[in-house]
Amino acid sequence: MSSTAPAAESSAASAGLVPTKPRIGDRVFQGLSTGSGIAILVILALVAAFLVLRAFPALTTDPATLAAQGYGEFWSWVLPLAFGTVWAAIGALVLAVPVAIGIALFISHYAPRRLAQGLGYTIDLLAAVPSVVFGLWGIFVLAPALIPLHVWLTTYVGWFPLFSGQPSGTGRTIFTTSIVLAVMILPIITSLCREVFLQAPNLHEEAALALGATRWEMIRMAVLPFARAGIVSAIMLGLGRALGETMAVALVLSGQNRVDFQVLTAENPNTIAANIALSFPEAYGLRINQLIASGLVLFVITLAVNMLARWIVARRAQYSGAN
Amino acid sequence: MSTATAPRQSAQAPVDNPLTAGQLPSWVTIAVGVAALAVSALVFTLLDTGGIALIVVGAVVLFLVVMHIISLAVEGSRRAVDRLAKHVVVTMFLLALLPLISVTWTALSHGINRLDPEFFTYSMRNVVGAGGGAAHAVWGTLIITGIATLISVPIGLLTAVYLAEYGRGALARSITFFVDVMTGIPSIVAGLFAYALFTLVFGPGTINGIAGAVALSVLMIPVVVRSTEELLRIVPNELREASYALGVPKWKTIMRIVIPTAVSGIVAGVILALARIMGETAPLMIAAGFTQSMNTNPFSGQMMTLPVFVFDSYARPGIPREPFWDRAWTGSLTLILIVMLLNLAGRFIAKRFAPKTGRK
Amino acid sequence: MSKRIEAKNLDIYYGKFKAVEDVSMVIEPRAVTAFIGPSGCGKSTFLRSLNRMHEVINGAYVEGELLLDGHDLYGPGVDPVNVRRQIGMVFQRPNPFPTMSIKENVLAGLRLNNKRMPGREQDEVCEKALRGANLWEEVKNRLDLPGSGLSGGQQQRLCIARAIAMAPDVLLMDEPCSALDPISTLAIEDLIQELKANYTIVIVTHNMQQAARVSDSTAFFNIAGTGAPGKLIEMGPTEQIFSTPEKQETENYITGRFG
Repeated sequence: MSSTAPAAESSAASAGLVPTKPRIGDRVFQGLSTGSGIAILVILALVAAFLVLRAFPALTTDPATLAAQGYGEFWSWVLPLAFGTVWAAIGALVLAVPVAIGIALFISHYAPRRLAQGLGYTIDLLAAVPSVVFGLWGIFVLAPALIPLHVWLTTYVGWFPLFSGQPSGTGRTIFTTSIVLAVMILPIITSLCREVFLQAPNLHEEAALALGATRWEMIRMAVLPFARAGIVSAIMLGLGRALGETMAVALVLSGQNRVDFQVLTAENPNTIAANIALSFPEAYGLRINQLIASGLVLFVITLAVNMLARWIVARRAQYSGAN
Repeated sequence: MSTATAPRQSAQAPVDNPLTAGQLPSWVTIAVGVAALAVSALVFTLLDTGGIALIVVGAVVLFLVVMHIISLAVEGSRRAVDRLAKHVVVTMFLLALLPLISVTWTALSHGINRLDPEFFTYSMRNVVGAGGGAAHAVWGTLIITGIATLISVPIGLLTAVYLAEYGRGALARSITFFVDVMTGIPSIVAGLFAYALFTLVFGPGTINGIAGAVALSVLMIPVVVRSTEELLRIVPNELREASYALGVPKWKTIMRIVIPTAVSGIVAGVILALARIMGETAPLMIAAGFTQSMNTNPFSGQMMTLPVFVFDSYARPGIPREPFWDRAWTGSLTLILIVMLLNLAGRFIAKRFAPKTGRK
Repeated sequence: MSKRIEAKNLDIYYGKFKAVEDVSMVIEPRAVTAFIGPSGCGKSTFLRSLNRMHEVINGAYVEGELLLDGHDLYGPGVDPVNVRRQIGMVFQRPNPFPTMSIKENVLAGLRLNNKRMPGREQDEVCEKALRGANLWEEVKNRLDLPGSGLSGGQQQRLCIARAIAMAPDVLLMDEPCSALDPISTLAIEDLIQELKANYTIVIVTHNMQQAARVSDSTAFFNIAGTGAPGKLIEMGPTEQIFSTPEKQETENYITGRFG
């Protein structure tokens, strides 16, 4: 730091500038907080290590043994599940995104100021409903209620490939599952979008209004361009949630291990998470390894989606009007 | 005539005020709405493909189209598009209320029957049909989430302090990155991790309360870190400087000035994180297991929790099924109530006890 | 209680960036010393280096010597925490602790430094500090209310009371009136006049009239251009600096003719 004559040391001590006893509080506290940060890294390393360790047998055992003692050859078993996971989540996104953006706009720019916060809480309450309850609701209320819609869609819109085929008699289809998932990811997408909409610079909005724009034109000129990156990342985070959602899917969807694009029939693909939840309690031996390996696949998929979201935000951040 | 005082759209004189434009009176909206509903009901009833849902959907579509056309004619295209956007946005909001109302109503109407003292005082031990309760599950949930909180809060808080007050360089960056990664761990994967960890370390079949708590901690820690770090960062630097200038060491500045200033938000964040893990089912099914009896020892034996109780009662009912399904709904209702109460408490604390900065 | 500060060839760095270059000056006890100069000229940085507050920013360090009554503030083993207990500071914007009452704010420094004292003594210290800051009469009936409820000028005097409750040797003020209205400013200036009987006071100000009104000696800092370090141009008795400065640069700045 600074260069000083040795003589200064004693004089500084006598002036009370040098602490009489070492100040250990700072060191202990910094050590503790740094240690906690490192603990998180260790935990995550453990998560990865243990999952890989237990998943390993599923990847290395020869297919014949797997067919006899497990669920069959690993990749041909897990890929349809991965397809089902992504398929149901995309369906949920298609349904949830327009609604979520609409609600977020309603709360941030249309609802009266005094009501806005309360309305926001109302939507957040959806996030307070545990997934198992959504599952029960889906199977007891939503699925039966949607059976007529299944019939109607296959009858009148059956020319559209996704809606073709024999309609399911129970309503426990990918279609219903996607609706339940959409409801579940609605609050997170809404609240993230609402936040970015509210952050849109007031000056730009007022400038747009001062140019004679209607409210909708103002939103299109000043709010949406500003919020684009935020919306995309909100959607990706919602997608991440939908991919990992377990119980609601496990309860509502009656799925098999297959790839099928028709969303209204009785033959539906299953998802990784739901399959683990339903099969795990009865699983043993290699089957447990296979289920854990499928969990690892799910983790990798969600990780990729989340990384993509952050990358988009980071890349767009410099172009958004934030600065 | 003067622009400022001109009555708008007086019926007699043709208006030559350049500032006025065609405007729809508000009763038109209501009238079109009612008409759309009536027409939709009539059409779908005649076509005999009725159903209330279809009628409402038809009415909404009809309303949007008709209003747009009327508005186009009277108000011009720009105002019409504006109006259409407003109506669509409001529709979206109402649409989202449907599931909320439906879920709450279903849970309430099905669950209220068994919301009795017996439900909270009896376990399912030796219960075959009606009766019994979820006392074991309630206790399990309290114990497991309690332990998860005890694990997560110190680690989460201290990590947030590290990130906000000390962290810089590669270590801080990588911790931030991996907290992000952790936020994205699907809950079932957290359960698999706890299962893999405990069965490998303590021998096969080790499924107990602690394992469940560890699984939940993996989900809770990143939430606590995130919210706390954000709050610590918005504590004004001026307060830290004021404290340093009084000769207060850094750790004491953090403990006595920075954290107290943010404490209401931190507590609220922890409560919201707690509310989030309380409803988790999948990881507990795998790591903490099922049981019909009371087990208050987290270190030994499987432990029931409320969400798992709900799932188990639905998915593996005895005969007759109805008492089991009733209990499932009452469990759901209890869960919803607990989680909503926690949410409200969190928000209340955040608002009520926030320190006033006093700056105008 | 009041002590003398001497800087010898002091350079201040933020990492590689040299913020202040080669400052040598003597700050006399029981007097008010004002630092003036354009924005970014390093006067605030130099002030903050006097109680090592600039070290809050990572990578900050100094070269040269800074002596408090002959003891090097940057000597080996010197803890900035101890330095700051002897050299208090008041900031640009009033910053009372929002979680504490008025009384707790005044006693914050003592309490956080583990000074145990009986309740009677606490009351005395609190009253003395508040009287010292000319705030006692205004707040004596609401000592237990939050400090953030006061007006801006009162809050700033509360911060001064908080600083002098520590009984420091030196009081540093970084533009203490820049966020205040003229009447509050006057109150603070009067207070500075009273405080100089007991403390060494150093004040940074953008307001030249204020420097002329309150200070005994004035130091003028300037900067050659963006990225260049700030330098001490001239220092002397306030009257002389404002009437017959030695350097043309100083005269240009004081008369409002720049460059």
